[in-house]
Amino acid sequence: MRFIFKTDYEDDIRLFPHSGYVWSYGTLLLLLAIAPFVLSSYLMSQLVFVCIYATVGVGLLILTGFTGQASLGHAAFLAIGAYTTAYLQQYNVPFPVYFLAAGLLTGVVGALVGFPALRLQGIYLVIATISFAFIVEEILARWESVTHGNEGMRVKTLTLLGTAVPRDSPAFYFLCLGVLILTIVGSLNLLRSPTGRAFVAIRDSETAARSMGVNVALYKVKSFAISAAITGMAGCLYAHKLSFISPEMFTLQLSIEFIIVILIGGTFSLHGAVLGAIFLVMIDPFLTYLKDDMPGIIANVAAAFGASKATASNIQSNVAAFASANGLKGAIYGVIIMLFVLFEPLGLYGRWLKIKLFFQLFPLYKRATFKRQKIYVKSERNR
Amino acid sequence: MLDFVQQLVSGIALGCVYGLIALGFVLIYKATEVVNFAQGDLMMLGGFFAFTFIGLMGLNYWIGFAGAVIAMALFGMLTERVIVRPILGYPQFSVIMVTIGLGYFLRSITGIIWGTDDFKIDTPFSQGVLRIGSLVLAHDKLSVIAATIILCALLYLFFNRTTLGTAMRASSENMLAAYYMGIPVKRVVSIVWAIAAAVATFAGVLLAPITFIHSNVGLVLGLKAFPAAVLGGFGSIPGAVVGGILIGVIESMAGFYLPQGWKDVAPYIVLLAVLLLKPEGIFGLHVRKKV
Repeated sequence: MRFIFKTDYEDDIRLFPHSGYVWSYGTLLLLLAIAPFVLSSYLMSQLVFVCIYATVGVGLLILTGFTGQASLGHAAFLAIGAYTTAYLQQYNVPFPVYFLAAGLLTGVVGALVGFPALRLQGIYLVIATISFAFIVEEILARWESVTHGNEGMRVKTLTLLGTAVPRDSPAFYFLCLGVLILTIVGSLNLLRSPTGRAFVAIRDSETAARSMGVNVALYKVKSFAISAAITGMAGCLYAHKLSFISPEMFTLQLSIEFIIVILIGGTFSLHGAVLGAIFLVMIDPFLTYLKDDMPGIIANVAAAFGASKATASNIQSNVAAFASANGLKGAIYGVIIMLFVLFEPLGLYGRWLKIKLFFQLFPLYKRATFKRQKIYVKSERNR
Repeated sequence: MLDFVQQLVSGIALGCVYGLIALGFVLIYKATEVVNFAQGDLMMLGGFFAFTFIGLMGLNYWIGFAGAVIAMALFGMLTERVIVRPILGYPQFSVIMVTIGLGYFLRSITGIIWGTDDFKIDTPFSQGVLRIGSLVLAHDKLSVIAATIILCALLYLFFNRTTLGTAMRASSENMLAAYYMGIPVKRVVSIVWAIAAAVATFAGVLLAPITFIHSNVGLVLGLKAFPAAVLGGFGSIPGAVVGGILIGVIESMAGFYLPQGWKDVAPYIVLLAVLLLKPEGIFGLHVRKKV
């Protein structure tokens, strides 16, 4: 087991506490850099979606994970970013400008949402953000002079420094990856700054934060604005990746997917956003695999256990019918959410920490280390 | 004028449906401080049970209705036991997520079992209309209004006058203290979920002749019932119904008098306005934390 001795403040706020971090993240970066030359174009496309979802996840984590303000309206922020991109592109605005404009506009909208949200707690906030998302969706569908309504908008190929960057080129992947890494590093720096510590204080107890002199209203609005701005920039990339946007792409379903990202990944660390995004985006290839290969495999297994040929083919067709049933994806989503909340509330990153600690402390690991306390007396109605 | 009254009545009927679903939210919230995002989907499942009993098995309407209510009450208890009890005491957000997951699961499972078509249940109220002067009221809408008023009154009396109701309110306030006072908190919570699922079934069955039943009906209506529950203040039973009626009337008036597109957002705009002015809803209690 490694002990990190901290002798001054610089040690405490270091992003890479020891050389192990440098090695492991360096290897990861190397793998990501050679990915476009190794993986198939389908997997590369999924990897770009992982980057975009992870960026949104980081934005949502700042708001939900670190400031404790739940939001089911992030699809709307994404939509605003995407539509800003499509709109400004018509006037030949260069990419860096409309990329920042998407972030800025979304950030302003986020702050505007933050103001009414100041007085709201828990479930009321969730419903207010849902309402906001519905209103945005409806505006996008009705404001036809700007958004072209339900017809949707085409997004032209991205041009950066005079060269075209098609949405399935390695260059676009590196752009998304770069944005993700910048977002993560920026957020890490934000979270160890006074602002970030104020966010965490508000999450842990608003009353305590206020009595320690934290301006709760200001920091809540800041958190909303930052979270929305990051989501808006991700929306810009999302629009380019899809090359076509229309209002029905940004529904409550998408907001829930973003929440699933951070819930599955773990809400207490930025690692969670990335792990959750990988998990969520990779469900699709997995389901395709399930549909194509599973029936045969299960039938073979059944045959190996002595089932007759007729039974085996019967099993195969039944499994195939089940795997291709309409809406199976929803059921799998639902089961995954329930299982994670019930059995792994700390998410994938929490599981990783547990495994790591298990090997570090080998014979001495105890499960109670990560046990969360249940509180039966606190009433959220009067806090 | 006649148009106005007609819109008003159909708005009230629609609002009663929202109110019925909102009643389910409020019941569970009142007793356990948990918000059940799958309430609309419980309603949908209740409708499908009733459809199976009445439409497919050919039972009498009332027997099928009762069967669906009982089946759903048991399902509610099962849900509570399997997914809600293990996370009681954790932050509210966990429970919200688990019920969102349940909603996904129920929607897609009903889609797989019953298919994604629209289904209709033949009810005694499907055909007739009541004429008062030149005003035309369909029986199916009247049945919804009547059922809402009766259920609301019964539940209100139940919560405020019976021992079990008091026990539910107590366990919502402070589970630990209620447990020390000898209230079987686990059983109370389980009963609440059973009642909420049963109320949802009432909504589902009464709604069947009006909007048909399909696997997404719960999501669509559940999302309208939310503003209803919030408008009424999440913890108030009459508030849920009043909020529901308000939402229904706003929706049908906006659909009639305002340009297209307003119908769907008007309830949410009103909701945001109310939350801005009075964050605890119209009937909500405002409690300050004592330090």
